[in-house]
Amino acid sequence: MKRLDVTPAAAEVIERLKKEHGELVFNQSGGCCDGTAPMCYEKGDFYVPSRNVKLGEICGCEFFIDKDQFEYFKHSFITIDVREEKAAFGNSFSLEIDLGYQFITKSRIFTDEEYKQLLEEEK
Amino acid sequence: MIYTKPTYKPQYENFIGGEWVAPISGEYFDNISPVDGEVLTKIPRSNEKDCEAAILAANKAFQSFKHTSVIERSTLLNKIADAIEANLENIAIAETLDNGKAIRETLNADVPLVVDHFRYFASVIRAESGTVSDLDENTISQEIHEPYGVVAQIIPWNFPLLMAAWKLAPAIAAGNCVVMKPASATPMSILLLMETIQSVLPKGVINIINGAGGKIGKYLSTHELVKKVGFTGETTTGQLIMQYATENIIPSTLELGGKSPNIFLESIMDADDEFFDKAIEGLVLFAFNSGEVCTCPSRALIQESIYEPFMARVLERVKAIKLGNPLDTECMMGAQCSLNQKEKIMEYIKIGKEEGAELLIGGDVYKSETNPNGFYIQPTLFKGHNKMRIFQEEIFGPVLAVTTFKDEEEALAIANDTIYGLGSGVWSRDAHQLHKFSRGIEAGRVWVNCYHIYPSHASFGGYKKSGIGRETHMMMLNSYRHTKNILTSYNKNKLGFF
Repeated sequence: MKRLDVTPAAAEVIERLKKEHGELVFNQSGGCCDGTAPMCYEKGDFYVPSRNVKLGEICGCEFFIDKDQFEYFKHSFITIDVREEKAAFGNSFSLEIDLGYQFITKSRIFTDEEYKQLLEEEK
Repeated sequence: MIYTKPTYKPQYENFIGGEWVAPISGEYFDNISPVDGEVLTKIPRSNEKDCEAAILAANKAFQSFKHTSVIERSTLLNKIADAIEANLENIAIAETLDNGKAIRETLNADVPLVVDHFRYFASVIRAESGTVSDLDENTISQEIHEPYGVVAQIIPWNFPLLMAAWKLAPAIAAGNCVVMKPASATPMSILLLMETIQSVLPKGVINIINGAGGKIGKYLSTHELVKKVGFTGETTTGQLIMQYATENIIPSTLELGGKSPNIFLESIMDADDEFFDKAIEGLVLFAFNSGEVCTCPSRALIQESIYEPFMARVLERVKAIKLGNPLDTECMMGAQCSLNQKEKIMEYIKIGKEEGAELLIGGDVYKSETNPNGFYIQPTLFKGHNKMRIFQEEIFGPVLAVTTFKDEEEALAIANDTIYGLGSGVWSRDAHQLHKFSRGIEAGRVWVNCYHIYPSHASFGGYKKSGIGRETHMMMLNSYRHTKNILTSYNKNKLGFF
């Protein structure tokens, strides 16, 4: 049971970014404008807050979320997808926007069964 | 009245050193209007070299701008305000087409507030002074202010012009020169505004650079000539900017959003009068600016005892919201700013349904007959509980999360159960209650028996993860300048230590 997955389209963009930037790290953002989207930065460029929670890995890159945000995200299964965005790419610093894409966080609420199983496995 | 969509120049350039400069890469991107999904114009896709040129232009301008008198800067700000006011209608139309918001908002709120902001800072710098203290008979201490120099400002797409004015006016008033990066979704209106004020502006005092934030955002935030960074946007990039600011040990101001509670206590229904009517509107203001406001009253907390009758009246008012063509002055709620934003809001509506929230109204896209390719969503109300994601995350759309409370204690607990603390509202006829809530809510702004009013002379900013620093109000001047202490001894005698 996982908390996190990535679509093939998003994986392709991540692989392109890796070629240009080397190792990457993801942090789920929140708040205004481009909030609730995953931010992708060069590993080492973004200092991951020490209390952030690791949701998992996508394409070998660690994916984190703020610990308070995790409290209400914990019931959600997250899929990282991507859409082509040649124009309105907001004002974040996430790396994929330079290539004309924007990563998106898609969510599905775990069923009670799934969530129970997940907690068992995470024990 | 329905405004006609004007034809804009097919392509804009960056504004650097008072000139319109093509991006070094020669690359441009489409600026799409959320009103109809059509391309408005093309905008430069800048890189680090363009940023360097803009920073150098700002730094060059600063060498003389730092010596301008308060009178000169005040006059400049007034001239900027006058030029914008003289072109108010055209700028308002551009803002509506760029952002999607209803024209009645840009004509009556966004652009008049922009004008007022420049006038406000033009006034306050004429009337303020530093301080002088007689520390003892022969020692005088003076606290005076000096501008930082070049400041970088990265602004959001929900109020493209007003957020530009909030950052530009105090920075210039304090004597700085600016490199600004507009949000890529809404770059045109600010460029049109620069055309409007270009003739009154000294070269290089304001420089506008467009493009994707990834590389140029870092370049701006880490450049040794940049002495301060102001940012409005999401939390992770806010953290990254703070981190970048450590490289040159400079300050940063961050406004990162909110999930503002709007609290309705039972006394609002003691009479069915003007005040109750105002309270209903106060709740429906979640739809103002299509919900794309950092201080959107996106959580309505309603006292259990009045929930049913109050909600019945609220839903009537929500049903009366006229959607349609944002260029029509009758339109009450316009488009969402981008396709991406529209899809994100729809994702939240899906999450709300999956979490088991009760859909009270709306819950779907709005199909516009005049603009079938625009990005529209119906005003939506969900009833649920505060632990749901739609109660905790900033949706940035016309989606209201409603819940009920029994008493004051429960209302305050729910109001403060959020990682944010930007805006809030409290509605009651009981003065004691109003005081208790306005002091008990952990947020930088509490609207008491009102909401969504943004005067220049009232500070704005966040508690908790809504950010650090304030905007608006003359206290902002100190966010854009050093304090220098000049300590003078008129004593002829030595200290006596050596």
